[in-house]
Order: sequence, then C-alpha cells, then structure tokens
Amino acid sequence: MNAIIVSALLGVVMMFSGIFTTNKTIIKNIATVGVLVLLAANLMEMNNLFSFDINTHDLIVTQRYGLFFNCIAFGATFIYLVLSASDITEVGVNAAEYFALIFFVLCGVAILSSFNGLLMLFIGVEILSIPLYILTGSDKRNLKSNEASLKYFLMGSFSTGVMLMGIALMYGATGNFGMVHSSGLRGAIIAAQQPPYLLVAGVILLFASMSFKVSAAPFHFWTPDVYDGAPSVFTSFMSTIVKAAGMLAFIRVFENLFTVLGPTWHIIVDFAIVSTLLIGNITAVFQQSVKRMLAYSSIAQAGFMLFALYANNTEIAKEGMLLYAAAYSLATISIFAVLIKLQDYSLDGFNGLAKKEPVLAFAATVSLLSLSGIPLTAGFFAKYYVLAGALQAGGALWLIIVAVLLAAVSVYYYFRVIQAMYFKEGDPQTLPISGGFKAALIAVAAFIVILGIWPSALLSWLYF
Amino acid sequence: MPIQYYIYLCLALFSIGIVGVLTRRNAIIVFMCIELMLNAVNLLLVAFSKVHNTAALAGDKTSMIGIEAQLFVFFIMVVAAAEVSVGLAIIVMMYRNVHSVDINFLNRLKN
Repeated sequence: MNAIIVSALLGVVMMFSGIFTTNKTIIKNIATVGVLVLLAANLMEMNNLFSFDINTHDLIVTQRYGLFFNCIAFGATFIYLVLSASDITEVGVNAAEYFALIFFVLCGVAILSSFNGLLMLFIGVEILSIPLYILTGSDKRNLKSNEASLKYFLMGSFSTGVMLMGIALMYGATGNFGMVHSSGLRGAIIAAQQPPYLLVAGVILLFASMSFKVSAAPFHFWTPDVYDGAPSVFTSFMSTIVKAAGMLAFIRVFENLFTVLGPTWHIIVDFAIVSTLLIGNITAVFQQSVKRMLAYSSIAQAGFMLFALYANNTEIAKEGMLLYAAAYSLATISIFAVLIKLQDYSLDGFNGLAKKEPVLAFAATVSLLSLSGIPLTAGFFAKYYVLAGALQAGGALWLIIVAVLLAAVSVYYYFRVIQAMYFKEGDPQTLPISGGFKAALIAVAAFIVILGIWPSALLSWLYF
Repeated sequence: MPIQYYIYLCLALFSIGIVGVLTRRNAIIVFMCIELMLNAVNLLLVAFSKVHNTAALAGDKTSMIGIEAQLFVFFIMVVAAAEVSVGLAIIVMMYRNVHSVDINFLNRLKN
C-alpha cells in the first residue's frame, strides 16, 4: 500500500510545486528526491518496518514479489531521472506537470504489481495509461507529437473497451471478478455442462487487450508510430518501466493459464510469441532511424518477456521476469539518454561518436550488447532465465529455437549502431554534455555488467 | 426477461461501436463510438449483476452477491470521464495545429 499512497501524494506535491516555483532545477531536484522517498517507502513495506494498514477487502494484496518489482521500477525511474530529468524540463513550459504525471504512472505501476481481481487490474491499467496519453502529446507545437498522442489515445481507449467487454463476459460466466487462475473461474469451468462460451470469449478479449497494452503482435501496430512521435525522453519512460509493468500485470492476471484453461491455449500463446518476435526483429532490421529501430526492438523484447507468461508460473521464470525488467529498463534508459543528446536520430547521426564522445559511445555499446543478450551483460541472463523457465514448464523446443535464432537477428541491427559509432567517420552534433551525466552513464553501464556476472546479486533480494 | 436478450443487445451496441471506430474518419465520432462500447459494457455488467443476484436470492434472502458488478459500473463511468477530459484536450490541441479533426491527417509518422 505504501507505494500506491506515496506515489499519488508525490504527484500532487509535484503539481503544487509547479505553482510555487518555475525554477527548473528546483523542480527537477524535488522529483528526484521524491522518487527516492518512494523507493524508501516501498523498501520499508518490504522489510515490514512500516506500512499503511488499509482494509481493501482483498482488492489489493501486496506480496514480496510485487514489492520487489516496485523496487526495480522505482530504481529504474530514479536512474531515468538522474540521466534525463534536465531533458524532461526542456520538453515544454510545464516542467512540474510532467513529473507529476510520471508519479501518477508510478502509482499505476504499484497497483499493477499488487492487484487482486479484475477490477483493480482495470483501474491500474487506466491509471498507467491516461497520464501517458498526455506525456506523448506534451510537445504541443510538434505535429508528430500531436499525431502520436491522438493515435495512442484512440487506440488505447479502444483496447480499454475491449478489455472491459472481456471482463464483463468473464463476470457473466463466473459471477465474480477473480483472475484467470481463481477458484471461481475453475468452478465455473467444472460446473458448465457445455463449453462455457461466454468465458472463452471473455478470456480471449482480455488476452487481446493485454497484448495491446504490452505491444505484443498482432496488436503492436501503434507502437512504432507512438514511440517515434512522442518526445524522446518520454519514449524512454514508456518503453521501459511502463512496458515492464504492463507485462507484469499480463503475467499476473494470466498465471497458470494452461493448467486452468487447458492446453489448447498453447496455440494462442505460441502464436503471440512467435509473431511478436518475428515482426519486432525482422522489421527492426530495415529501419534507418535509431529511435524507430528501438521501438521495433521493444516489440521484440516484449516477445521474450511473453516467455515468462508461457512458463506458467515456474520459479525461474518469475525470477527471469524481474531480471528482464531490470536489464531491459537499464539498457534502454541508457541508450535513450545517449540518443536524446544527439541532434540526428538516423543511423548516420551516430557516425564517429566514439571519437568525439568516447564515454557516450561506450555506454551505448554496453546497453546495446545487453539488449542483444551477449554474455557478461545483464541481458544474457535475463533471456536465459525466461527461456529456461519455458523449457522447465514443458515448453516446445521449437519455440525456444525460434527465439534464439531471432535473438541472433537482433544482434545484426544492434551492432549496426555500434559499427556506426566506432568504425565510421563523421562529426555527430551533440547537445552540451555535463560531467555528471557521463559519470551516471558509466555507473549504469557498470551496473549492467555486474548484473550480467552476478544476476543473483539482484535476485537474492527476493527471498530474504 | 431472459439474459440472452441483454447479451445480444450489448453485443450489438458493442459491435456498432467497433465498426464505427474502424470506419469513421472524424476523431470526435470515433471517440463517441468508443464511449458507446464502454456503455454497452456497463449495460451488460448491470444485467449480469441482476442475474447473479437473483440466483443468490433463491438461497439467501439477504444476499449481496452481484453488487460488485454495479460498483464496477461506477468505476467505468469515472474512468470514462477522465478519458473524455484527456481525449477532448488532445483533439482540441490537434485542431489548433491543423484546423481539422480528420484522422486521415494522421500519416506523418508512416515514413
């Protein structure tokens, strides 16, 4: 409960700070300290030191797993603010409001990591999404930003409608708002003499709308446009913390999918995984803009995270999901932080970066290596854990082989950027870069490597 | 009245909404169709609530089963209102820049 309450309060604090001061440095510092307060509040609940005791009638049930995910999300947000807070204040005139909206999104993250039942799932997804529609359109004079925002909004609320229809049909079949693995639903399946059509239709609609939220194929079409059109700082936030939270909600609502709904569901999940991986990786190869390439790569990474859903709630897959969230968020935040400093987002814009700004090029290289899953970086163990989880749950071997082959394809387009930075001549134009920014980038890169060597450094926190 | 009629009505409304979203080109009409989808869901939830409540009343005269669906309807209304405020703001922002709310304008990001 701590994280939900404190993040909502901090959002209000940020809105008021916008009234009292227009000094961007002060606003930035309040937000950064706020995230630390949020992290501390969450850690206090995790270690049973202090937590708000509110009777939610089991609508919200906090577990150590969800709290630990909160820690990762808030930690990643802290790193994001350290690297990019000054760029957030440059997007428009309402600096404080952007931070307020980020805190409201974090409130949604906290609900999605602890919801129990479809009502709170719906509320959490909406609290997560609505501020993002605004953040996407925050560059008000930019037509691309406007267009991305309108597109995201229309498609997002459309998928909300579909999700609600799914929930309503599931309610009609079972008589409660329990999750897919709940006893009410199992009872309804057993009690039904013929196949429960309402239930099947409802679960399919819910699956489709959750796939939309995490941009899994065939519901990924909005992702490239929205990620490309949104201001780059907010694309960084959307494609990391928000996406990981959406994926966690997806996995939590559908955990034990196959044991409850029967093995036929393998067809649907297999189709979602393979098409997401294929579309994400193959289309990314043809992109000339690095920002758009990262949008497609985030679709591809969602395909890997779906393996945690496929793994049917095994221990290793749950750990893998956390590790994936951490590794993917860190790497993407740092590559976007570098991207924002460049004037030209095309691949040629990276030419010769290693000569001009060796620190930026090095940090980008480590992040790209991690994203492609090269050993000694966090991305390797993240991919290994989710795939091992799928195998352990009795997954089909062909699926794993397809995933590994497509990971090899992803190496191609990630390495094109590295090649441009180190082996091509050019004079990239960059915004002014401070020493603190470079130090933070180095720290993130070190963190990625540490997680790649000792993934248990992170995961052991889950158990004591 | 049997529950089937309600289900057919709600699915019909919902489908009209979906067809509207997919075929209309005016952002505000698309938005209205989305609202129609949400309201179809509201109607369905209330109908199901009554069904489950009637079934439970047969066993227990003071049963409150089914109340949570009506609660859900209120949440949907509140969230829909929040979406309206954000959505209309976005459409107005769009209108200020291009003087049109036609979503065929949305093709700058394609290339």
